Amino acid sequence: MENYLILNTLNFPILSLLLIVPVVGAIVAMFLRGDTVLKFWGLAVTLLTALISLPLWTRFDQTTAKYQFVELRHWFPALDLDYVLGVDGISVLLVLLTTLVMPLCILCSWTYIKTRWKEFVIVTLLMETAMLGVFVSLNTVLFWIFWEGMLVPMYLIIAIWGGARKDYASIKFFLYTFTGSIFLLVAIVAMYITTGTFFIPELMGHDFSFSYQVWIFLACALGFAIKMPMFPFHTWLPAAHVEAPVAGSVILASILLKMGGYGFLRFCLPMAPAATLYFVPLLLVMSLISIVVGGYLALGQSDVKKLIAYSSVGHMGFVTLGIFLLNDAGIKGAMLQMLNHGITTGALFILIGIIYERTHSREIADNSKLGMFMPIYVTFLGIFSLSSLAFPGTNSFVSEFLVLFGAFDKFPLVGAVSILGAILAAAYMLRLMQKMVWDDSDGHVPHGEHAEERKRILFDCNYREVLQLAFLTIFVFWIGLHPTPLLDMMDTSVAHLIHQIDAGSVLPEAVEHGSEHGHAMLQNAGTWIKNLF
Amino acid sequence: MLNTVFLPEIALMLMTLVLFFMTLGKFRTGTVQAVSLVMAAITLVITFASLATQGLMFYDVYQIDALSQLFKVVIVFGLFLVYFLGSGLIGIEEKLHTEYNMFLAISALGLMFLSSSVELLTILLSLEISSYALYVVIPFRRGQGRLHVEAGIKYILFGAASTGLTLYGMSYIFGLAQTTYLSELTERLPGLVATQPLAVIAIILVMVAFFYKLALFPMHFWAPDVYQGAANETTSFVATLPKVGAVLLLLRFVAVAGIDISQVTWVLAAIAVLSMVFGNFSALVQTDLKRLLAYSSIAHAGYVMIGILTADKMGMAAAVFYVIGYLLMNLGAFYVIYNIAPKGENVTFDDLKGLSRRSPLLALTLLVSVFGMAGIPPTIGFIGKFMIFTGALHKGFYALVVIAVMNAAVAAFYYLKMARAAYCAADDEQDAIVLPFGAKVMGTFFILAIILIGALPQSLLAAAKEAVATLL
Repeated sequence: MENYLILNTLNFPILSLLLIVPVVGAIVAMFLRGDTVLKFWGLAVTLLTALISLPLWTRFDQTTAKYQFVELRHWFPALDLDYVLGVDGISVLLVLLTTLVMPLCILCSWTYIKTRWKEFVIVTLLMETAMLGVFVSLNTVLFWIFWEGMLVPMYLIIAIWGGARKDYASIKFFLYTFTGSIFLLVAIVAMYITTGTFFIPELMGHDFSFSYQVWIFLACALGFAIKMPMFPFHTWLPAAHVEAPVAGSVILASILLKMGGYGFLRFCLPMAPAATLYFVPLLLVMSLISIVVGGYLALGQSDVKKLIAYSSVGHMGFVTLGIFLLNDAGIKGAMLQMLNHGITTGALFILIGIIYERTHSREIADNSKLGMFMPIYVTFLGIFSLSSLAFPGTNSFVSEFLVLFGAFDKFPLVGAVSILGAILAAAYMLRLMQKMVWDDSDGHVPHGEHAEERKRILFDCNYREVLQLAFLTIFVFWIGLHPTPLLDMMDTSVAHLIHQIDAGSVLPEAVEHGSEHGHAMLQNAGTWIKNLF
Repeated sequence: MLNTVFLPEIALMLMTLVLFFMTLGKFRTGTVQAVSLVMAAITLVITFASLATQGLMFYDVYQIDALSQLFKVVIVFGLFLVYFLGSGLIGIEEKLHTEYNMFLAISALGLMFLSSSVELLTILLSLEISSYALYVVIPFRRGQGRLHVEAGIKYILFGAASTGLTLYGMSYIFGLAQTTYLSELTERLPGLVATQPLAVIAIILVMVAFFYKLALFPMHFWAPDVYQGAANETTSFVATLPKVGAVLLLLRFVAVAGIDISQVTWVLAAIAVLSMVFGNFSALVQTDLKRLLAYSSIAHAGYVMIGILTADKMGMAAAVFYVIGYLLMNLGAFYVIYNIAPKGENVTFDDLKGLSRRSPLLALTLLVSVFGMAGIPPTIGFIGKFMIFTGALHKGFYALVVIAVMNAAVAAFYYLKMARAAYCAADDEQDAIVLPFGAKVMGTFFILAIILIGALPQSLLAAAKEAVATLL
């Protein structure tokens, strides 16, 4: 077991602290009174968690693909269940993304959430623990517990503070994700029965037979594809996004959707490499459909939140596309795209929350001509819209470029089709900008009493709002102009992952144990893909 | 020797005697409840203390082992919780309060006998002691029309029919194996089951009474009506304790019939699948919470059955663990139902609305209980399902696990409906529910127990494993 791990050398258990601090914060919050106290308490706890997570950035060893900052304790010996936490180049950035986004979730709810602040703080903090737990668990059952435990707080966030159709949206969200993930549990238990371990690094590169891998892959991929969400499992996302409160949308977009991609990288690719290779055409086609359909649907929306939600489907399509290209540029691009989507789309949802607090409408038509009244807001809207459509110089450009590079490198036709998605992104984001900022389609400028009324409602961003947006803007340009530190952090782990896939897909045992049919399919998989595109 | 190992039963008998003498006089409900609770607590302590005892009594028909003692602790503890959660007995006819508590104690006593019985006729007698007390108790409801009468009659008729079938099966077994002792049947029955189709039929017939107690398909028809018709506190008893006893006996019979029991296994697997599917899909459309819990319990019985039919250590321990978790989670839900029905009436989804405003503790207890029943981590329900699936996959029942998993997804819907109703706003502002101190303690206990045992299942699971080790 020690071959995969580097024990934590810091003088405090950093990963356990990340999990415990929000829970303790939630318990303390039960005894606090007063909305203001609770707001500041929530902010303080999330900031403290972010602070604790910083050594993950500074002390991370980029030269190794082993898991770092590892903590190992026996938890449930009867079933060989251990409490193992650790991060590698694939998960560390997602952990940092989570800890940095959570304070923003409290900040952006400051005036948006008006009732039940106590419950809100408790639920948000529990959510943080669950999300961090998913990224740092090195034990499949622990992973699944956090993965599933996350559903309850998220469900409550939508169901309690959501919009008009919150009942429908929250139940849909819960049932979709629950259905997907329960098959994941079956795969986890099945792998345990075969190998006798729940330890993720030992399951990676285990020589499962080909047909076994196919089942494992399908069971896992269903859960992850729903979470991503990939076409045709995406229909819960617009409903959940539209009805969720602003913090719920930010959590959903910035972190929850990333778990699907993380799951593919952590489970499907290294544990079922031969099956992955077999399913590459299917997954690539599904990704392309996600990209095009997501973009196309976004183009037709009149509700801003729905538009961003569908654009997420398209962006996450780029992530799966990159992952299943199975080459260095593709996977790195996909991982960077996950971070960028977290930053940009999170910011866009915060922007929508800001305008919704003023006009109480999410319709584009009700929020037009903002340029006259809210210059600061419009500036940020412009920055993040450009980032969303992958304008050069912004963060998304780097990641989409990497994915496209990987695609053209391997399957030019795939690259060509995905370009369509990039064009659609430009179309719907520019349309959104044009309508919200200017929109002179009705040919008259607000004046007189109407203008006064609009002016009274549409006051510009306050310091709290500027602070959140400015913070995220830093990342837009930092990643856009100098992504090297981030790419360096993933470098060794991604190389190791690709090595695992290559080794796994030619493992003699894998072929030997597989049926004749499986053997033939393996041999032909490569040529088949070439022929397809 | 004999007295010390029999002490838990003696304590409970003493309790029924005290309650019996109290029925002769007139006592206030508070006094009756206080006496019952104290006596139940004493019995619980004694039972717990005798957890490790062993012995054979009464011409070897009565076996005291780790399994029986664990179940006795669970039964007495369940009885204590039932008394505690229905502290006001508001759903029961005023003049029958003492009798009510006495009959519940007798029923629990029957279940205690049942957990130690290792001979067919003793099993039947214990079963009848526990059933008859319940037949009497179900119509004890106050002021809800005639619902409870219908429930009482249904419970008796189905109970009598299933006991008859069990007795019929026992006659076959006696005819085939010439003994009624389980210890001797263990040697003869596996061979018979392998060669004689009649033995398979006999074993299944013997199990029928326990299918009935557990509300397994096809003996589940009583459950919805009885749950709905009986008073809230009675339902909390009927829904939990007899099922614990039934699981124990099913475990014993499966172990007696031999480990590789392919034909019996297939029948049991079919029953498990039908129970899960029928229970879950029927539960989807219910509006009365007790009726919904009845259908959900049919589905839970299906899950437990999967653990039982694996007939190996892991699966059986999982079944034991699962049924203990089921008891806690169901009592948690019934605790909420009891407390939001001030006149002991039935509770629908509409009554749950705005619960989180009226009483945050009740809403949270309901939330934790239903998420537990849905199998969401980190609750006891999750570990239970996880263990069951692990056990079944271990034996290679892949299809069974996939069906169970799909059922869990269906079930999540109606559990979620309950949580949603509790946390959505009410149409009109209702009065806050003021809970007495005892009820608050109770709610906190359920929340902590369901979550903490889910997070740290080690000791309970070890106890379950040790218990089933006596079977194999």
